[in-house]
Amino acid sequence: MPVSLLWAVDVYGRVYSLSTAGQQWEQCRDAQMEFKRVTAAQQCCWGIACDNNIYLNVHASDLPVRYQEETYENQRWNPVDGFSDRLLPSDRWQLSDVTGLQHQPLDNFRLPSSSWEWEGDWYVDENFEGEPTEKEGWSYAIDFPATYTKDKKWNSCVRRRRWLRYRRYKAMDTWAKIPSQQTTLPDPFSDISCGGWEINEEPRGRLSLWAVSLQGKVWFREGIYHHNPEGSLWEEVPLPGEVVQISCGPGDLVWAVLWEGQLIVREGIGRDCPKGTSWAMVDSPSPDVGATHVAVGVNVVWALTKDNKVWFRRGVNSHNPCGSGWISMVGEMIMINVGLNDQVLAIGSEDRAVYFRQGVTSSELSGKTWKVISVPRDGDRSHSSASAHSLQSAGCYFCGEVRAHCIITSSSPESFVDAPTEHSDQPIETPKSRIPKVTSDSFISELVSDRGPGKTSREVRSAGPAVLEEETIPLEGEVKAPDVGVSLSPSQSVGPLDPQWSNVDLEEAQGQQAQTGAVVDTADTSSLSSVATFTLAMEDPYGVDEHPMWAWVSGGGCSVDSHTQLNWFNSMVQSVQSMSLSVTPAQTAAWRKQIFEQLSERTKREMDNFRHYEQAIEQSVWVKKGTMQWWRDWKPHKWIDVHFALEQFSGPEGNKDGILFIYYNFYEEKKYLHAFVNEVTILVPVLNDSKHSFAIYTPERTKQRWPIRLSAATELEMHDWLALLSVSCCDSRGIQGPPSKQAIWSITCKGDIFVSEPSLSLEAMPYPTPCDQMFWRQVGGHLRVVECNSIGIVWGIGYDHTAWVYTGGYGGGFFQGLASSTDNIYTQVDVKNVYIYENQRWNPVTGYTNRGLPTDRYMWSDASGLHECTKTNMKPPSPHWTWVSDWTIDYSVSGGTDKEGWQYAADFPASYHGHKTMKDFVRRRRWARKCKLTTTGPWQEVPPIPLSDVTILPCAAQSSVDVVPLWAISNKGDVLCRLGVTALTPAGSSWLHVGTDQPFKSISIGAASQVWAIARDGSAFYRGSVSSQSPAGDCWYHIPSPSKQKLKQVSVGRTSVYTVDENGNLWYRQGVTPSYPQGSSWEHISNNVRKVSAGPLDQVWIIADKVQGSHSLSCGTVCHRLGVQPLEPKGQSWDYGIGGGWDHITVRGNSMEPPRVHLPSLTERTPLPVRNTEINSSAVGC
Amino acid sequence: MADDKDVLRDVWFGRIPTCFTLNQDEVTEREAEPYYLLLPRVSYLPLVTDKVKKHFLKVMKAEDVEEMWLEYEGTPLKWHYPIGVLFDLHASNTVLPWSITVNECWTQIRLHINDNNFPDRDLLHCTSNSVIEAHFMSSIKEADALKHKSQVVNDMQKKDHKQLWMGLQNDKFDQFWAINRKLMEYPTEEGGFRYIPFRIYQTMSDRPFIQKLFRPVSPEGNVHTLGDLLKEMYPAALPNDGEQKRYQVVIHGIEPLLETPLQWLSEHLSHPDNFLHICVIPTPTD
Repeated sequence: MPVSLLWAVDVYGRVYSLSTAGQQWEQCRDAQMEFKRVTAAQQCCWGIACDNNIYLNVHASDLPVRYQEETYENQRWNPVDGFSDRLLPSDRWQLSDVTGLQHQPLDNFRLPSSSWEWEGDWYVDENFEGEPTEKEGWSYAIDFPATYTKDKKWNSCVRRRRWLRYRRYKAMDTWAKIPSQQTTLPDPFSDISCGGWEINEEPRGRLSLWAVSLQGKVWFREGIYHHNPEGSLWEEVPLPGEVVQISCGPGDLVWAVLWEGQLIVREGIGRDCPKGTSWAMVDSPSPDVGATHVAVGVNVVWALTKDNKVWFRRGVNSHNPCGSGWISMVGEMIMINVGLNDQVLAIGSEDRAVYFRQGVTSSELSGKTWKVISVPRDGDRSHSSASAHSLQSAGCYFCGEVRAHCIITSSSPESFVDAPTEHSDQPIETPKSRIPKVTSDSFISELVSDRGPGKTSREVRSAGPAVLEEETIPLEGEVKAPDVGVSLSPSQSVGPLDPQWSNVDLEEAQGQQAQTGAVVDTADTSSLSSVATFTLAMEDPYGVDEHPMWAWVSGGGCSVDSHTQLNWFNSMVQSVQSMSLSVTPAQTAAWRKQIFEQLSERTKREMDNFRHYEQAIEQSVWVKKGTMQWWRDWKPHKWIDVHFALEQFSGPEGNKDGILFIYYNFYEEKKYLHAFVNEVTILVPVLNDSKHSFAIYTPERTKQRWPIRLSAATELEMHDWLALLSVSCCDSRGIQGPPSKQAIWSITCKGDIFVSEPSLSLEAMPYPTPCDQMFWRQVGGHLRVVECNSIGIVWGIGYDHTAWVYTGGYGGGFFQGLASSTDNIYTQVDVKNVYIYENQRWNPVTGYTNRGLPTDRYMWSDASGLHECTKTNMKPPSPHWTWVSDWTIDYSVSGGTDKEGWQYAADFPASYHGHKTMKDFVRRRRWARKCKLTTTGPWQEVPPIPLSDVTILPCAAQSSVDVVPLWAISNKGDVLCRLGVTALTPAGSSWLHVGTDQPFKSISIGAASQVWAIARDGSAFYRGSVSSQSPAGDCWYHIPSPSKQKLKQVSVGRTSVYTVDENGNLWYRQGVTPSYPQGSSWEHISNNVRKVSAGPLDQVWIIADKVQGSHSLSCGTVCHRLGVQPLEPKGQSWDYGIGGGWDHITVRGNSMEPPRVHLPSLTERTPLPVRNTEINSSAVGC
Repeated sequence: MADDKDVLRDVWFGRIPTCFTLNQDEVTEREAEPYYLLLPRVSYLPLVTDKVKKHFLKVMKAEDVEEMWLEYEGTPLKWHYPIGVLFDLHASNTVLPWSITVNECWTQIRLHINDNNFPDRDLLHCTSNSVIEAHFMSSIKEADALKHKSQVVNDMQKKDHKQLWMGLQNDKFDQFWAINRKLMEYPTEEGGFRYIPFRIYQTMSDRPFIQKLFRPVSPEGNVHTLGDLLKEMYPAALPNDGEQKRYQVVIHGIEPLLETPLQWLSEHLSHPDNFLHICVIPTPTD
């Protein structure tokens, strides 16, 4: 799970965040003033500051927030000027929007607020519906408005072109004021709550923001989207009373508390109406005591009453937002908040500590106990802050001295800029006297009123006791002497300050660099000494015993669930200790090294000289038996009970081998079937809800497309057998440990990951290893896409678009114990949708109903209509998957839907469209339900941007420090370039956004940094000038797609470029040369292709649909292009490998040149034993 | 970097080169040749000495011999200790191969009580492999009682128990570990087993071994190390400040550092009986 943040405000109005991976509250130093309230989403945090303005803090992301402004330039032809901007009086404006109704001259476009900047100037879009236009981007038509074409015809009287300009949101990671609407907002805001991101399928960034003003009015912020994080305007929402506080959940729940103590619930919130329509009233939980506070999640409502009692609302869901009754809970709280996954946070009324509700699960929404979050704040104590920072820059952990740590604390320079001056100006107060006895809110207003708006948070925070100020004076003297402040370059750092600085030199270079940057920055603006002073001043006012007093907490951006391991509850001592443990990773610990060394010494000492001794125990055959069911080979096919045995023995050279036996009865006659373990090519688990089955393939069975299918009684038994058989197969082939860098990776349609070690002769010419002989073994995890390169960098993308990087381990999943590495195995979570269809037929009396014709499909069915699938009988794909949402209507169906999600057609099955016409008699809509899988595997998440495609340069890089180009497409269609990817740091460091004019869907980078990509509209693009100096290249060249085909995937090898279109055709790009890398035309290679992977040897592998075997047909089959040679890059024919049910393959790691085989001349040709390179090579000699 | 899994293999496949000689006092028909064998450290003597028995029977009258017992430099070797423990305890730091003397008990003599050469005081009788199996399985159960309140071992089927035993008996690492890994699991949030099954052996005392309750993690959440264990169980084994090291702490013939986490040791350096056998022996003087 990615790291996310819990936000809180303390009683002094300082904003803090606590990372789910962290162990201390980090102060948000950027906050220029105190905040009253914050409300967080995952991508941003909103707050009300003491000046009563609303501020927004958008978290920086590698993906910029950018908005495309467009306007159309319209021209009409006249015989005198040709095409000119002289239009007819009835025509549209020269510059207008797409409809022509709105006048939009270029200089009318203004930045919405000071948080935005222009990315560049206006330019003409030269793309027209996926086709490049003639120069200047004009498209032509007979008249306005009409159908535009890119070609100028004899009757083209008008033309238009599109101008584009991008603006970018620049106020990232800082509190930016939302400009207020002076006219409509007479009174200041007092409460704010954001949520609603789950009510429709808009990309992340759409929010519902609700605010309450001091007069008790409620306002809704319109127009908050990813590309418009600030929203556009406030709209007042009519109310039945005066509201004091409001809470909005991630879904469609919005509750508010009225001044009189009742609660109101917003009704009618939905996909198309995030604001809702009306209010319903709910009484306070306790008849005598009014409610003071409410907090809602997806399916929960918690409330507090004036006596600080906690209440849980029963029976709340989106169909019944009011719920059914109150349950009194333990605890006395003053504020409560529901975060993601309905997790609950609260602030205790007595101790003002933040409490986390433990044990909240989807089945037990009320949780179990309150647990106090007891982590220190940064700056609480010098040593705690030091140790925390040491985690960020590991090197400084050992430098020990307090002073040095204080300086390190300065890693956010801007926040300290004004610290020293304030310091000296401020009257010193003891902060104790400020600790309030009333609720936070009124307290803060008190603060605000007695100090006025101009002062900033530092006043309170840095109000250290007088003693310390004395200490600071000499240091501040130094501040004013510029030579001291500026001279802090890394080499000189020992010089001007105290000797502890020498510790810095001991640090690792990397840590030093990072710090140096920060230090120099600070030095530029103020000085290092002031920073040191500042943190010193922090130490004492908040002594060891004082725990922080909190006023407000928001978990809306904090992604935890009942399984998350949090380090929030440890005492301080422990947290420091556990940190010191984590500084030395267990793998590199001295004790471990010692054990490894001593064990190998022991082997030398006790065994090496005595190898000729006899072994005390003779190796024997070992048989494991069991009973299973087998899908019998003869018709009618069905499951029959069989005895199953695996005999293992040591082969002549000490290698282990084995035989599988299946004993069955054939017409009362006992028979058996066997398979040699060294012939098994793959074991595929086929888990569904009725059978725990798996398939065993051998080369012969692959040819037949008819595996041995076995089913165990329980899932556990199946996993035991699979693990055993898998170890046995690997042993017999001498394979152990992690996959090699050259490995070929593939993924089945169930998301299972398989890997195969390519033999040297796999790409040999003319007789490669047949690909049905390749041995595949499973690797834990669940992915949809995997890509690798030849230096061992492997990335994957899950069904939920999460990016994963391979950690170098093996095993995971059900491979436990010996079949799995100990390190490098992590939890992996994936989420996918299960779909069912609701079908209806129209009849003249009642309109559309669920009463179909007798010949019709089931009224609730799968996509084919052949199987009945109802909301209740539909199960998750296997027992490993659990439902995580309810059934919802899916509007994102190809072909479009109407407002209720329906698609219409003349009859079943037909092509569906999103609006009703006279000819339509049937309709259907798709329902989706999310299910989640939790498994383990050698994968680590690469947060935070979800991806839809990824590609890695298939280099033969020798040096491990070489930065490897890695490109990806985000699931929104942005093109991204990963920086800092090396063999040692395969996850890289950050994303670089590469601008495009339209969303993309597939990308591939081949040798010599040729980057090709496919846009969502099906056209291809070539990226110019990509090199190691310019990793992102300079511009896109539009490549027309094969005529009338929309491309969907591209793969670029050493020189060859292959694409697959939406109709399953495989295309080869002709005429690609180093001087003309875009090539000249597309050549059709094959049909029935689902996916292609071109490798660094220009080898071509595909996933093919419809491969006929001797017993059965398979869809989703791995195929290898035979006959690919430098002069014949397109190859000749296909060799069929493992399948069906395969979805993805990548051969981009295999850069092993096959052994050179000289073809015997045609005259000498003898019937050589096919497919054996050794024999072939020896044949050359004779 | 090697994987922790490799440690399990190294431990399992540890072998001690051994030279068996027949006790000079035994009556033989002709002179007995010494017999050389690689003994698995993790096994038990009666399981691996069939060949030895056969070898020496050739020179003796077969029907006379009922039981065989072994000694090293006058110390009878307890068959119910793992071979590696016997070696580390009695013979580490000596020249290899390990020289073991074979004594035969004759049926006739055993009938005369108190008049046979079998060291009843030191050794248990081992009449068949089922006695060893019973001993081995009871050790595993005892260890699981400490680790998981017996929950894991009780959840296993009879055939799983058998597989553990057969794995040891036939030196089948995969077969053994396919089951044994379940005994080595623990809930992540607890950070380890309930108690660590361990035994500390010493040559200097009459006590057979030290075995007490000891948790892998302290109540404050600190990881216990080998040093912590010894400090509590056998402080004399730890060197005092500035003093010469007097004792070696040996597990499987190696001396792990005292800061090695005990939980890791229990998972990786336990014998097949699931106990961590720790030998404390005097540091050789030379």
